[in-house]
Amino acid sequence: MRALFLAILLRELRLAQRRPVEALLPVAFFIVSASLFPLGVGPEPQTLRTMAPGIAWVGALLASMLSVQHLYAADHADGSLDQMLLAPQSALVVAAAKSAAHWLTHGLPLIVAAPLVGLMFGLSWAALGALMLSLLLGTPILSLLGGLGAALTLGLRGGGMLLILIVLPLAVPALIFGAAAVAAVEAGVSPSGHFSLLGALLIATALGTPWATAAALRISTE
Amino acid sequence: MPDARASLPAPVLAAVDLGGERGGRPLFRALRFALLPGQVVWLRGRNGRGKTSLLRLMAGLATPAAGAVHCNGVPLPRAGAAWRERLLFIGHANALKEDLTVVESLRFLARLQGRHCTAAQLAAALERVGIAPLAARPVRTLSQGQRRRAALARLALPQPPSVWLLDEPFDALDDDGVKRLNALLSEHAAAGGSTLLTSHQALTLDNPAPIPLELDPAVPAWVPAA
Repeated sequence: MRALFLAILLRELRLAQRRPVEALLPVAFFIVSASLFPLGVGPEPQTLRTMAPGIAWVGALLASMLSVQHLYAADHADGSLDQMLLAPQSALVVAAAKSAAHWLTHGLPLIVAAPLVGLMFGLSWAALGALMLSLLLGTPILSLLGGLGAALTLGLRGGGMLLILIVLPLAVPALIFGAAAVAAVEAGVSPSGHFSLLGALLIATALGTPWATAAALRISTE
Repeated sequence: MPDARASLPAPVLAAVDLGGERGGRPLFRALRFALLPGQVVWLRGRNGRGKTSLLRLMAGLATPAAGAVHCNGVPLPRAGAAWRERLLFIGHANALKEDLTVVESLRFLARLQGRHCTAAQLAAALERVGIAPLAARPVRTLSQGQRRRAALARLALPQPPSVWLLDEPFDALDDDGVKRLNALLSEHAAAGGSTLLTSHQALTLDNPAPIPLELDPAVPAWVPAA
């Protein structure tokens, strides 16, 4: 089981490494979309600082949704997905490995780029740390939920938009607690409650979504 | 592979009153046949008769509309991992990644089946299908025929006697490729493996003689439900 997980994970990483630009596009989207807000809202520092956690989190959420759309599509088109589902192990491993690979190639770069966005909005160092920690707990949730959405909309025309509509409501709790944790630090309150809830959300998602994704993959490939 | 099961012949795959449909339209009904170790069965039928659908049903990738597929007497969903370990399905698509090299793709596909192949085994498999010099080339630089050969190289990897389900394996192959594939099919049958394949061109395989399975006469007379 671990061998299959590692085989798929390593393959995804190798594929991402062969197309480095494609892997960095969501990060570019994240930074550019966040940098639009000061232009639209105005340069008032206090306003921007209040909005920063929410903007960073919404940006990360949308960047994840855009990048997750192709998680299964290419493998479905070239027959690789059939072969993965025919592996002796459960399709659960496939779903888990694909989401893990998505997080490593698309979630982790968002966390690395987050301080840049934070600095752009004048967040304090403590708030920057909280933002990174909240994204560290939150982006795996987005990759897992996105994987489920990608599996559900596999092979559908206009599946990309549908995926976003399916996943966004599910991702709302992560958005609320993630942004609230950063806001709490900014306000000088302890963020530990928000982090605990975010951690609990991550555990629940990690336990639940691979099953649903595996089932969705089986249905989509029929 | 020093495995006790490795010496067992391939499992018997049987269609029991199998019915298939596509988009709500019945393709075939009450289909009964068995694929025994050592056999090569040639699935024939016009375009759109459901050859590919039948192969996917037999692989367990799709759920039959009626009946069941049995592996050694156990219906497919329950036969599970034990069945998939003994199955090699090569569909119409080659399941190769444009950005990976030929040998990387082959290694990955073998890993999916739980087989860890040495570099020598992979090289030998590529040699068997005549594309050893292309091993380090990215798949995107290969022609259609070369890609097909790369996909078929999985057949030349060391494996216990298994069931091969091949969808148009001769597609895009030249005469040399056809000969090499015939040799692989003969060896596989002699070792106790079985093969179910589709091909729109006449088979040149003579040992074992392919057993034709005609899908056309099984045309379901479609009667609207009263």
